[in-house]
Amino acid sequence: MKELDPLVFLAVFQEMLGPLLWVMLLVIIVGTAAFVLLLLKERRINSRRLVRAELSGLVGGVLALVLMAKVSSSGFTDAGGPADWFLIALVFGLGLAGTAILVYTVLGWRQPAEQ
Amino acid sequence: MKKEVVEQLVEAAEKGRLDRRTFLTLGAAAGVGSLLLRPKAAQAAARVKTAANIVIAGAGAAGLAAASQLAARLEGAKITLVDARKEHFYQPGFTLVSSGIKPASYVVSATRDYVPAGVELVEEGVAEFDPEGNKIVTTSGKAIAYDYLIVATGLTLDYAAIPGMDVEQIGNNGLGSIYHSPAKAEATWRAMSNFADKGGVGVFLRPGTEMKCAGAPLKYTFITDDYLRRRGNRGKAEMIYNANNKALFSVPIVHEKVRMLFEERGVKVNYERLLESIDLGKRIAVFKTALGPVELQYDFINVIPPMRASDAVRNSPLPWQEGGWASDGWVEVDKHKLRHARFENVFAVGDIAGVPKGKTAASVKWQVPVAVDHLVATIEGKESQAHYDGYTSCPLITRLGQAMLIEFDYKNNLTPSFPGVIAPLEELWISWVMKTMALKPTYISMLRGRA
Repeated sequence: MKELDPLVFLAVFQEMLGPLLWVMLLVIIVGTAAFVLLLLKERRINSRRLVRAELSGLVGGVLALVLMAKVSSSGFTDAGGPADWFLIALVFGLGLAGTAILVYTVLGWRQPAEQ
Repeated sequence: MKKEVVEQLVEAAEKGRLDRRTFLTLGAAAGVGSLLLRPKAAQAAARVKTAANIVIAGAGAAGLAAASQLAARLEGAKITLVDARKEHFYQPGFTLVSSGIKPASYVVSATRDYVPAGVELVEEGVAEFDPEGNKIVTTSGKAIAYDYLIVATGLTLDYAAIPGMDVEQIGNNGLGSIYHSPAKAEATWRAMSNFADKGGVGVFLRPGTEMKCAGAPLKYTFITDDYLRRRGNRGKAEMIYNANNKALFSVPIVHEKVRMLFEERGVKVNYERLLESIDLGKRIAVFKTALGPVELQYDFINVIPPMRASDAVRNSPLPWQEGGWASDGWVEVDKHKLRHARFENVFAVGDIAGVPKGKTAASVKWQVPVAVDHLVATIEGKESQAHYDGYTSCPLITRLGQAMLIEFDYKNNLTPSFPGVIAPLEELWISWVMKTMALKPTYISMLRGRA
């Protein structure tokens, strides 16, 4: 942990996730492409869809925290300092934004905006 | 597993968003990957051609990490690993197994899984080291000659040094011992959990010798205390920690912190006490003290035996010849280079190395590249500048869900990896998350020579 080498991170994540890492990267690439294409196609943000996506994002954020607690064998009273609150905010934020984008994209491609 | 998938998908989606700009400019995330990969690829290309014959005695964490790094840096070398044990143990996980957090299978894998291509594994123990004759002899009597030797045999748990101790009884009648093996770590969990249900007297200790992960006896005391509290039985229990000398931890500032935490949790501390013998039937532990033997009646005890070099190392010319480390057989190496003080072509890494601090996986992680660099430099006829400053780390669990990420060096300096973010003496969840989630993948990457 003395130096932070991106390659070490890659190796560690590969050990942690196994083949899932590649699935994850695939979802990142496909998801991003689909999201960008949707934005380019529509040339606007659909606010109704955005609200629905953000609401499901809230659920996604909570879900991410629950899963994080599960995989790290933690309870819900374990936060002890600012670094912990930062990590909790980060996990919640990742869950929220990730879910919101996915839901927005999926909704967008399934039911194209009428206008 | 399914839940992990969902979480990773969620995370992945978010990462996708962050990468959007990169994605547009570079065309694909893979492009970023290949940019990052370049420096290592260049390094790999500059492999040293040699016909050197290198023997690594011991295929535990240190031996396997050394084999991987040597295989990556040398071309044409004959590298031989010698170890009788077919199973590989992820030892930093033993405390999690004995705390009921992970199953025994979490720490067991196969040595063969980590042996790099081109490296031969001889599945035998080492019976004799002959550094004057540049050879070792295996338990079947086979002599293996070498140009360079890396001693990575690990250490021996000397349960026999405690009269009355019987490792078969671990898990029964309040007897625990977290170091013995994955199965006994799990048996210890059953004994401790039973104690946490009933209360009584919990006795904790550490040996007077050098030991692997000196934080583990403390962690286990904290975890037992926490289980008692969670089950509402702390009031029915007395917790006693017996330190071998005048300190709870060799780094003074950490000692003070642990002393404060023990005081706060009501753990009684006795200093300068060594377990002398034990009566498993009557549940009595006898401690050697300055005032003579003292008996402690226990309902649960975590026995940690003296730790020494294996007989093969102790009976060879490799150990320190004088001083405190001579009798236990730790190999006499330069503490900054890991090269033997008397035999130029011999190195020692991991638990067997006679250096002042840390017998941990983190020590291995930082010792091995230094020893390997010096060995490779010698082959090339160069001088290496690699220097090991004693860095080691200990995620000291202080309750379930929290740990202090303590990192330090030979000088007892704290050397935090994330200064200002992860405070070393603060009980944090993030440090616990590292221990339970990130440590094992990092360790496995180290075995494969990738971290």
